[in-house]
Amino acid sequence: MRAYLPEYEAVSARTLVEALTLLAQGAGGLDGPAQPPGRRWQPIAGGTDLMVLFSAGKLPAGRYLDIWGIEELRGITVAPSHIDLGALSTFTQVRQHPLLACEFSSLTQAAIESGAIAIQNRGTLGGNIANASPAADSPPALLCYDAELELVSLRGARWVPYAEFHTGYKQMQRASDELIVRIRLPRLSAVERERQVHYYRKVGTRKAQAISKVCFAGSFVRDGERLSRVRIALGSVAPIPLRCPRTEAVLEGAVPTSAVIAAAQEVLGSEIAPIDDIRSTQDYRRTVAQNLLFDFLAQAALH
Amino acid sequence: MRIRPQGKQPRQAEKQPSHSRLAGARPQETDCANAQLDAVAATQALTQGGDSAYDSGVKIDAEASALRAYAIGGSPPRREGPEKVRGQALYVDDLPADFYGTGEVELVHGVTVRSPVARGRLRAIGFLPGVPWDEIVVVTAADIPGQNHIALLENDQPCLVSGLINHAEEPLLILGHPDRVIAERARTLVRLEIDPLPPQLDLDDSLRRGTKPDAGPNDVIWGKDNVFKTFTIEKGDVAAAWAGVDVIVEGDYETGAQEQLYIEPQGMLARVRPDGSVEVFGSLQCPYYVHAALMAVFNLPADKVRIVQTETGGGFGGKEEYPSMIAAHTALLARKAGRPAKIVYDRLEDMVATTKRHPSRTHIKTGWRHDGTLVVQDIDFRLDGGAYMTLSPVVLSRGGLHAAGPYACDHVRVRARAAATNMPPHGAFRGFGAPQSVFAIERHMDEAAAKLGMSEIALRKKNLVRDGQTLSTGQVLRERVDMRALLDRALALSGYEAKRARYDEENRRAAQGQGGMHAQRRRGIGVATFMHGAGFTGSGERYLASKVTVDCDATGQVHVRASSTEIGQGTNTIFTQIAAEILGLPPDAITVVRPDTSQVPNSGPTVASRTVMVVGGLVARACQQLKTRLVEAGQGMRLAAAGYRPQQFRAAVQAYLAQHGTLSVTTEYEPPPDVQWDDKAYRGDAYATYAWAAYVAEVEVDLVTYETRVLDFVAVQEVGKVVHPILAAGQIEGGVAQGVGFALYEKVAWREGRMANGQMTNYIMPTSADVPPIRVEFIEVENPRLRGPGGAKGIGELPLDGTAPAILNAVAQATGLRLNQIPLLPEDLLAAYARAGLENG
Ligand SMILES: Cc1cc2nc3c(=O)[nH]c(=O)nc-3n(C[C@H](O)[C@H](O)[C@H](O)COP(=O)(O)OP(=O)(O)OC[C@H]3O[C@@H](n4cnc5c(N)ncnc54)[C@H](O)[C@@H]3O)c2cc1C
Repeated sequence: MRAYLPEYEAVSARTLVEALTLLAQGAGGLDGPAQPPGRRWQPIAGGTDLMVLFSAGKLPAGRYLDIWGIEELRGITVAPSHIDLGALSTFTQVRQHPLLACEFSSLTQAAIESGAIAIQNRGTLGGNIANASPAADSPPALLCYDAELELVSLRGARWVPYAEFHTGYKQMQRASDELIVRIRLPRLSAVERERQVHYYRKVGTRKAQAISKVCFAGSFVRDGERLSRVRIALGSVAPIPLRCPRTEAVLEGAVPTSAVIAAAQEVLGSEIAPIDDIRSTQDYRRTVAQNLLFDFLAQAALH
Repeated sequence: MRIRPQGKQPRQAEKQPSHSRLAGARPQETDCANAQLDAVAATQALTQGGDSAYDSGVKIDAEASALRAYAIGGSPPRREGPEKVRGQALYVDDLPADFYGTGEVELVHGVTVRSPVARGRLRAIGFLPGVPWDEIVVVTAADIPGQNHIALLENDQPCLVSGLINHAEEPLLILGHPDRVIAERARTLVRLEIDPLPPQLDLDDSLRRGTKPDAGPNDVIWGKDNVFKTFTIEKGDVAAAWAGVDVIVEGDYETGAQEQLYIEPQGMLARVRPDGSVEVFGSLQCPYYVHAALMAVFNLPADKVRIVQTETGGGFGGKEEYPSMIAAHTALLARKAGRPAKIVYDRLEDMVATTKRHPSRTHIKTGWRHDGTLVVQDIDFRLDGGAYMTLSPVVLSRGGLHAAGPYACDHVRVRARAAATNMPPHGAFRGFGAPQSVFAIERHMDEAAAKLGMSEIALRKKNLVRDGQTLSTGQVLRERVDMRALLDRALALSGYEAKRARYDEENRRAAQGQGGMHAQRRRGIGVATFMHGAGFTGSGERYLASKVTVDCDATGQVHVRASSTEIGQGTNTIFTQIAAEILGLPPDAITVVRPDTSQVPNSGPTVASRTVMVVGGLVARACQQLKTRLVEAGQGMRLAAAGYRPQQFRAAVQAYLAQHGTLSVTTEYEPPPDVQWDDKAYRGDAYATYAWAAYVAEVEVDLVTYETRVLDFVAVQEVGKVVHPILAAGQIEGGVAQGVGFALYEKVAWREGRMANGQMTNYIMPTSADVPPIRVEFIEVENPRLRGPGGAKGIGELPLDGTAPAILNAVAQATGLRLNQIPLLPEDLLAAYARAGLENG
């Protein structure tokens, strides 16, 4: 453990209000001027991202607010028009939910392929989003399913389309006094669901306990020969989990002929911005992203 | 006999009792048999084998069946297993300050300050505010009472840098504080002033610059030419042989550094006694290596240094030489602090600072006749030794001696060199040079087969060595060798021939777009045939002159004393089996003494697949002599050879002790008279014996992601007598898993000579989900010449040699590419396709 323990402070909140009250302190709101970041409370949920930084001595010193015990952030609820997942939903809860497996199978798949069992029991969807890693595995699935996030602070609650949430590397539309409370997935009509095709492929460094080198989620609704409601999103190919509207546009309403697929691959190659890093190369990421697009459409053709 | 280890097998000893050799091992005792003992019948049944114990209606009591389970060839539970499973085993980091009766309650925790650059001169050290520096013990090179080097083959490696830095992460100073957290913080507050110097980071570059005529101080970084060791093996007349060949095949092969990744990171606890003697307790493989190193650092005589091995969570060679460094640092800190000290590395430090497998490059040129006869082999084998010599010459030896493979060839030259670079020193790792050179020759065999238009199987069968033939050093194989039988068995188990043909066809169809769902999948199956020399190379065992002591205390308890360490591989259990078998005692009558240099003689290091064969042989001989001594001293009435109860043995021991005071036997290694080795010419019997093997790997390559998945693995080997089938199968399975990592996953990301991916997230060791089913089979051959206990040979390193080439040979079939570099990650495969695309226009 390389962290310098005396520089950390931690408390556990029991209720949402208690947590939001602490988060509001020093945020420059009701109770005085803004405090420097080290004096503000930062949430810690499952801790599976933060504790790694902590033991490596890379977690900024400061105040940490444990939200694991807050009941209001738990539970997966199903309504006719949508499914709501509490921010503390663990990967295990996600992978075990039968309706998610039917209607949002890419998210189920993301949960299955995240870490391994111990991590799945502890890692949360809210943490996966708020950690804002471009290599996280659930964001591409969430982007494909037009997810929305509910953010809450003492100032009030608001909904943000997930596709707009990440604004730059580790930058997001979350104020420091806000918590992600739930994630909403709008459900398609029964008819559309019938014709929807899902594709999710994580290309990690190995089969388990792996960080993605490329992660691809795609879906569309079949409209005769044509593709509609095309969604394509990738991880690890840009500073943020990336939805690819330009590539989608090439395919939307189109019949996926070889020429169309090739054109879409071309656009995808320019829409993503992969880099060389310790885990992979720019070249590999771009080529594989394009191959996955092909695979997605080829597999879909066989459905 | 064929043994097929299955998951659980405690009953194997009963179903397949050991056979004739055991009965034959006891002739002189049978002579003095005293038939009145009630366990005789049961014991005879045991030694004769078969289920006759049941048939004859003899009641086998608990003692006798415990005896049977612990016989050689049985698979008894591991002796230290229960404590490990219950979490009661104490590893060095679990030990409190007063664990060994030091009476101290507080430790100082040490941390190591290391070089951030690969080469440079340390000018000054500053301490920034932020911790109470007056409470922190700082150890520098100036605090070393003896020699500032870690004694090994050449005393070139400093314990702490005193001027010139030769590699990144080199230890510069040690800081200690009773609070680990403060020590850790202090480490970040040391300011180093270093004048950087240009490093040499490439092995061939270093060899070239070391010998160029106008070489300057930045060219020569070690010795006079940057060469730690070079030798040449010559057989026949290589220069003349080319005239008689039809086909020449040439290739370059490369292997990367690999981290041992034992589960327990390295660590030591040390104290200095009032009389100045030094005691170290820690995670290590070779107590007497550490002992020698500390004698030099502290300038102390042998009896003033004591090294004790604590429970050790794996080693794989990684705890062969580097523990000496940590032990020296910890003891220096204890000395300066005036109280016990502990240094335990975290994973990051362990990965970036300690040794790894030597990266290698091999050039092979071979000459063949059209019919596939191997006429000549010319091999150039180079290792990157890193900044200091450590064990590189020995690793180079083993690599060079395995470089020509298990083939009969009349004209062979192997030129081997180990180069100095400014990389962290590379060191011992399971296989010890052989996995590198075996990778090269086994890939080369497949390339030669392709060029000759022959099947890789036929080509191997044509050239595999037989008994009576000679290896590259001229060593005549006098033991029975049947590589073709091993190969046939591996081919049959894997369904090789049919699959090879089928995959060729399927891959061809898939490439034409007829693969349907699997249009992007390619499959391949590959083979490797290889051997591994058991025990130390050449005259190593002769020089070591290992000793083992077996003695008995007044309760009749037998103590086996050896410096061979239990590092997870089963030493405790196997020594118990050997002693139990020979003494005819149940396991709990035998104590395998914890390796402690004040309690055990020097039986050499726990390396080179030598523990069972060499040291186990000494244990067997000592037990035999102990028993003979009891019998000859007139205890024969009590000790009927065919069987006795533990109480009877105890009574015999007590009677002996009453008369003689002590009962202790020490045996020393006796070199077999017919094993001859010439160290200078590299001629003769390189190893007393070899393990032989044929491995088959089956893979699938996904052309969407360039990922290679190993689907199936068959490992067939002949290792002499299998002393403990479950442990032996575990050794093979673990070695294959490590070989999968070596071939396809484990790549060190070097940045200016530093490992940038020193975490298990980024240095990719395969998980159980990435490792295929591994089918292990041992073929036992009657080999009366073998000297290990019951005819056992070495086993531990073997599986590392053949796994990677079998996998790459399979990938080569799947892709049709020339793939001669490992690790082969998906990124590398993509790059290989791109290169092939360019080459083919
Ligand atoms: C061994 C291992 C394997 C892993 N494998 C994977 C993998 O395969 N795929 C993958 O995507 N990830 C993986 N991870 C990363 C991690 O498990 C996930 O990102 C997980 O979802 C994080 O959730 P958490 O609750 O543990 O986050 P925490 O560590 O508790 O928090 C992460 C960040 O989110 C913030 N946060 C958490 N909850 C909220 C909230 N409700 N509102 C606002 N901010 C919040 C925290 O302040 C922090 O900045 C792995 C981690 C480990 C240690």
